[in-house]
Amino acid sequence: MTKQARREADAEMPVGEFADSVEFTFAMDRRRFVQVLGAGLMIAVGPGAALAQERNGGRGGRGAGAAPAAARIHFGEDGRVTVLSGKIEMGQGARTELTQAAAEELRVPVDQVRMILGDTGLAPDDGLTAGSRTTPSTVPAVRQGAAAARELLVDLAAKQWGVPPGSLEVRDGWITENAGGRSLTYADLARGGEVAAAFAQSVPRDIALTPVARWRVMGTSVPRVDRRDLVAGRHQYPSDRTRPGMLYGKILRPPSYGARLLAVDLGPARAMAGVVAVQDGSLVGVAAPTTRRAVEALRAVSATAQWEVRAHPSSREVPGLLRRNAQGGVPPNPFADELARAPKRLRATYHVAYVQHAPMETRSALAEWDQGRLTVWTGTQNPFGYHRELARAFRLSDDAVRVIVPDFGGGFGGKHTGECAIEAARLAQAAGRPVLVRWTREEEFTWAYFRPAAVIDAEATLDADNRLTSWHFINLNSGGSALETPYRAGRTHARFVRSDAPLRQGSYRVLAATANNFARESFMDELAAAAGVDPLDFRLAHLDEPRLRAVLETAANRFRWKQRVTERRDNLGVGLACGTEKGSVVAACAEVLVDAARDRIVVRRVCQVFECGAVVNPDNLVAQIQSCLIMGLGPALREEMRFAGGVMRNAAFSRYHVPRLSDVPELDLHVLDRPDLPSAGAGETPLIAIAPAIANAVFQATGRRIREMPIRLRAAQPE
Amino acid sequence: MRSQGSGFRRGCPPLPLGPGSVYIPLVNSPDTDATFTVTVNGRQHTVTTEAQRSLLDWLREDLGLTGPKYGCGEGQCGACTVLVDGRREHACLLPAAGAAGKSVTTIEGLGNGDQLHPVQEAFLAEGAMQCGFCTPGMILAAVALLNEKPQPTEAEVVAWMDAHICRCCGYPRILNAVRRAVAEAER
Ligand code: FES
Ligand code: FES
Repeated sequence: MTKQARREADAEMPVGEFADSVEFTFAMDRRRFVQVLGAGLMIAVGPGAALAQERNGGRGGRGAGAAPAAARIHFGEDGRVTVLSGKIEMGQGARTELTQAAAEELRVPVDQVRMILGDTGLAPDDGLTAGSRTTPSTVPAVRQGAAAARELLVDLAAKQWGVPPGSLEVRDGWITENAGGRSLTYADLARGGEVAAAFAQSVPRDIALTPVARWRVMGTSVPRVDRRDLVAGRHQYPSDRTRPGMLYGKILRPPSYGARLLAVDLGPARAMAGVVAVQDGSLVGVAAPTTRRAVEALRAVSATAQWEVRAHPSSREVPGLLRRNAQGGVPPNPFADELARAPKRLRATYHVAYVQHAPMETRSALAEWDQGRLTVWTGTQNPFGYHRELARAFRLSDDAVRVIVPDFGGGFGGKHTGECAIEAARLAQAAGRPVLVRWTREEEFTWAYFRPAAVIDAEATLDADNRLTSWHFINLNSGGSALETPYRAGRTHARFVRSDAPLRQGSYRVLAATANNFARESFMDELAAAAGVDPLDFRLAHLDEPRLRAVLETAANRFRWKQRVTERRDNLGVGLACGTEKGSVVAACAEVLVDAARDRIVVRRVCQVFECGAVVNPDNLVAQIQSCLIMGLGPALREEMRFAGGVMRNAAFSRYHVPRLSDVPELDLHVLDRPDLPSAGAGETPLIAIAPAIANAVFQATGRRIREMPIRLRAAQPE
Repeated sequence: MRSQGSGFRRGCPPLPLGPGSVYIPLVNSPDTDATFTVTVNGRQHTVTTEAQRSLLDWLREDLGLTGPKYGCGEGQCGACTVLVDGRREHACLLPAAGAAGKSVTTIEGLGNGDQLHPVQEAFLAEGAMQCGFCTPGMILAAVALLNEKPQPTEAEVVAWMDAHICRCCGYPRILNAVRRAVAEAER
């Protein structure tokens, strides 16, 4: 089996039987590692060793995207254990979860493990931190490396003491021999170069991971490891970083989308004390000793700029535009025969608006040059992608760039591209001093990429017994995540079709699964209504997937769906929805109050049930479910980028209303623990059920079907 | 008396200052320097800086106090929250000169050395942070609330904290943390 094939096979393996190769590299002699970590033993998991060689050889062919899981674990001679991973921490809990993973397999206390995340100068390329991959992929990699190290320690002790390895066990980082009073720790292992060398020849390939039933650290609610620094305001986010002599940078933005710079005069800005101004192609920027001065300098530059503006569509035109520009046209329903003979058929079109991630910390990057080498501190989910982007932009060799990602203030899929880092690096290059660029909120709302808008066509047929016989589902523009229906639907046809989008688009937490699930779960409700069947029964009648059935039935029971759906109360409605994506399943029941007079939909109560396999950290899991659900309320009810004439009309929190405390409904969140299943990520999928549950509840309350996100009464079509 | 929280409301033009404060709007005009004294976390500073420069920039860039964060610059998110004479203020909207003669507390000055303030302890106990970027502002807001209303009702807590955005949407735990802090303060 090739390595790649094995990895793919491994991905299917249940927890406890993971069997990827482990490679060992000893006596890491590169200065940087020793500087940061001190002397010790380094264990590399996954492609680590190959990567190290590739690095030394200069620009390596590290492919973008799907890098296999990798990690390094360093054992210091001082007893410190450091895990190096290319993953990053942005609030989702990766730092704590990976710490748990290492502590579990090493059998050491959590506080003995230190994590270094997202430093391209130290960590192996582990791809993006996205797609809920840290839990199913990086956690096993770290566990594997840690388990290998533990086995090494056991073997070392067994050899030294002349006892069989099977008779020894590691506890709290020690192996102790009761009779002889002897003990060994990982520090001894780190020092035992000679013994370690013996193992280099016989690399263990099939080290068993600790089975879920014997987890002591994983599966428990280890609190956020850096929590004290966060509440004390001590943690230094990327935008908090400084370097000696650092300047603050600002970039000249076009007055509207597509505008082209004809001329600009940097003179007035350069005349200001301490100001550096740069023009390089389309990039124009300034740097100054204070932000205030930089803003003034930018204003001076901006006053001289002449632009050629271009027509740009308005947000109102987006649905029509996406349909007209569908690449290759909008695919027709291939089941014409079914449409002709089915007793019932239904079709509907759904729209989803553009939204922004709006992480609390805006894009920030601090760049510093030192003798042709570039170091950038920034917040990104894609450190190695930035690394490559910077190397390309400045024609640098791979090892002349280092991207360091301090834990940062939120990403939600929005921090994958490196423009802010490039801006800072270019200004720093011109200034000959370090430069920090921190985007304003308005820049973030205008120039960062958006979650794509969607137009979704759905069409289905029912037979005389109200069973689905055909299913046709087309997503225009927004993506193929969760595109296939989980329901038994006879003949199915689901396609994602690209379109020419008017705005810059990119990832957003759970990608297009939100849009596709909104359309599908709304449409299932419409079909249930057409069939005259309760929406829960209609779904269950078409659902084979046992995990999805389990969350749906649990949510319905906890919510007392059967009873609630028969109660008629003024302006109150209940709705449900479910869905699956990235190896986890979710269902939600929502109660909404429809206040037509004030044009308001108030979500009063939500019961959501989620299942993602074996739970790694119950407390963080609940936090992620809350986070997804509440965040999902925004695009469901209010969030929508409005633009016209190339200008964003609501590029501010005062005009773009994200969820706040008073928007939080009464929540009944429930997790189904499945220790028998591999752990899936949980930072995304809990977002996909809330919007359709709300739309369905609005329908139940008013009889009006709203086929748009955000769900607004004003836009509703009479049924 | 206008409530201190009046500016902290969604969609409203911000009214950042409490009673007795002088509101100097930040305007886009050439800047002149102002010289004044201000106490920050117990230390007095005599400052000369642009009259229009925000307190936030001055704290972060000149004093290196990065606990107050930039989140919006328009008084909408509360990430920049500091206490001025014990009251909640948006450091992004308040000119540094507007704090002249007053006492400013940032998150760095809230505890006592290594000892955390009880509200910080409440946030720790409830695990009320994800990325933590909003956390200093949330904590200082809760402190200001307790200064102003030692026994707030649940509705008052929600209305007060509604001025602060947490994009990680960790609101349930933030609310629990403030409730805990209120309960502790009442004991
Ligand atoms: S930065 Fe001051 S309120 Fe948002
Ligand atoms: S914890 Fe991330 S913004 Fe509140």
